Amino acid sequence: MEILIPNKEQAGCGLSGIINRKGELIKGEVIIESICCQMERGNGLGAGYAAYGIYPEFAEYYCLHVMADTKQALKDVEEILAHKCYLVHQERIPTRATPGIVSPPRFRRYFVKPRYEGEIREICEGTVDEDDYMVELVMYINKNVSGAYVISSGRNMGAFKGVGFPDQIANFFRLEEYSAYIWTAHNRFPTNTPGWWGGAHPFTILDWSIVHNGEISSYGTNRRYLEMFGYHCTLLTDTEVVAYLLDLLIRRHGLPIELACMALAPPFWQEIDRMEEPEKSVCTAIRAVYGAAMLNGPFAILFAYNGGLVGLNDRVKLRPLVAAKKGDFYYMASEEAAIRAICPDPEEVWCPKAGEPVIVELEPHTIPNQRSYLRGEPLRISAPICRFPLAEAEEEEE
Amino acid sequence: MAFEIDAKDLHYRELNKLIRKAVAEGHKHLILKNVNGQRYIAAGVSAQIDIDIYGVPGLDLGAFMRGPRIRVHGNTQDGAGNTMDDGKIVVEGMAGDVVGYAMRGGKIFVASDVGYRVGIHMKAYMDKVPVIVIGGKAGDFLGEYMAGGVIILLGMYSRYPERPIAGIFLGTGMHGGVIYVREGLPETQLGAALQIEDINEEDEKILRGYLQEYCADLNYDFNEVMAAKFVKIRPQTHRPYGKLYAY
Repeated sequence: MEILIPNKEQAGCGLSGIINRKGELIKGEVIIESICCQMERGNGLGAGYAAYGIYPEFAEYYCLHVMADTKQALKDVEEILAHKCYLVHQERIPTRATPGIVSPPRFRRYFVKPRYEGEIREICEGTVDEDDYMVELVMYINKNVSGAYVISSGRNMGAFKGVGFPDQIANFFRLEEYSAYIWTAHNRFPTNTPGWWGGAHPFTILDWSIVHNGEISSYGTNRRYLEMFGYHCTLLTDTEVVAYLLDLLIRRHGLPIELACMALAPPFWQEIDRMEEPEKSVCTAIRAVYGAAMLNGPFAILFAYNGGLVGLNDRVKLRPLVAAKKGDFYYMASEEAAIRAICPDPEEVWCPKAGEPVIVELEPHTIPNQRSYLRGEPLRISAPICRFPLAEAEEEEE
Repeated sequence: MAFEIDAKDLHYRELNKLIRKAVAEGHKHLILKNVNGQRYIAAGVSAQIDIDIYGVPGLDLGAFMRGPRIRVHGNTQDGAGNTMDDGKIVVEGMAGDVVGYAMRGGKIFVASDVGYRVGIHMKAYMDKVPVIVIGGKAGDFLGEYMAGGVIILLGMYSRYPERPIAGIFLGTGMHGGVIYVREGLPETQLGAALQIEDINEEDEKILRGYLQEYCADLNYDFNEVMAAKFVKIRPQTHRPYGKLYAY
């Protein structure tokens, strides 16, 4: 895949995300219209989408979206999959010739389950360890197969991305043919890292997907930290670390999502000094334990998993983020106009504070294998947090 | 007679072309309908005209402009009034980050809240004194690197009851100008080398002047606005960082 080094003119990627808390499906056109409202925020060197709920017929299987330069690279991937997985279905990801999209790589998707061998089979099959198995498999392919990358690996979700403007990438992947209950979208303006198909957002692992506007200047620190836990960064772009940090902190270490967000964008020490116990100890512990997970530099991110959508800013808000709601629909974007383009009359519009996560989860038991990472009642901390569902008592009042 | 432009599906270049054409033809009152995200509206326009905007204008509304009076019937996005030289922007809703960036004249009146780094690097010279009045609350870094001009923060008409009236690092690097805050604020929100003072008669006069105009524009009750104590925040010296690199 060709790697394009951008001119450093100006920066400002665009983000947009939508979730319906009742799991109602949203057509692809909706997210396309929203991200295209922010066309000026990109420069044609990358765009992408993540969609949740698009493969209900294979909802029990991990779906690997594979991007490959050559037939041989695809073959190499398939050989690994044949050994490591049960494959229930595979197909070309439908694309169409699109003006402006030049020499795209090949795209295929594989619906798989881990294939354990020997004793491990009895221990691991059907358990949460399947996730670890898949992470290891994705890392292995991305690291060892030349010219092929797994660009998404979750169940009932997928990432679609490449070099182009968001309308071109959407047209290329025929996204108007998909409907999802969560969508995120990205319009890229690469500044410090190359524009190439693998470097477009979203970045994913399992069903985590993330789109990002900004620069992670702590990339080196974060990357080395993640390597200790078996995550390998192969996509030449700073944002990749965030996807793996989310998986490590939230899924593997079991942090409630608010605390994981705090680790990524922690309060300043001077703010912690003014806190009361037990909050002071919680924040101190998070900063001490997860110092190497802190994201330095400007960012606004949207990340999603099969049960929710989260928006988060860096701790001094150097990139924009706006949120809105209407009924069961929640919207987050770089610009209010991107929300109004698809929801002209939201009930509420607000700008989250620096470091304040906006967490919107599906209502309980909405989809199969639904993940929830709120992990109980909201933490009693003064750092602002905006979450849906609210605490149980407040939800009843609503 | 007002000149109306339907901005629906117009790119900002086309919209601005239409605006410039209308101004050149001598129209004094423009109404922009269905605006959504178009950048640089009225940027660089140098004329005494009124512009009513319906919808959400995009980034850098009124950048570099000299003279137009813009009224936004809703919210506006980041960078409104970027380096504006003269004129007025009245926002009936909220405004985003870096509003009034490097502003050097004119007025920005916001009915409700504003985002981060509002009034960053405002400056004044002789009779050119830029003014920002905020009816709601402000994010961090209000008046960062401020070199001149006036910011008035009311905190009265906010959608964020849980937030402090201003975020932290207020006036960081400020070395000129003045920030007035209704009902005051804790020193923890301030950047370094600033002082909070009581207002004097001169300040009172300045406040009454600007706030009378602000309340008239936004239909707020002037007496209610003035019914609380204001404090003023200024740099301790005009060169607070003069010795920072001197060792």
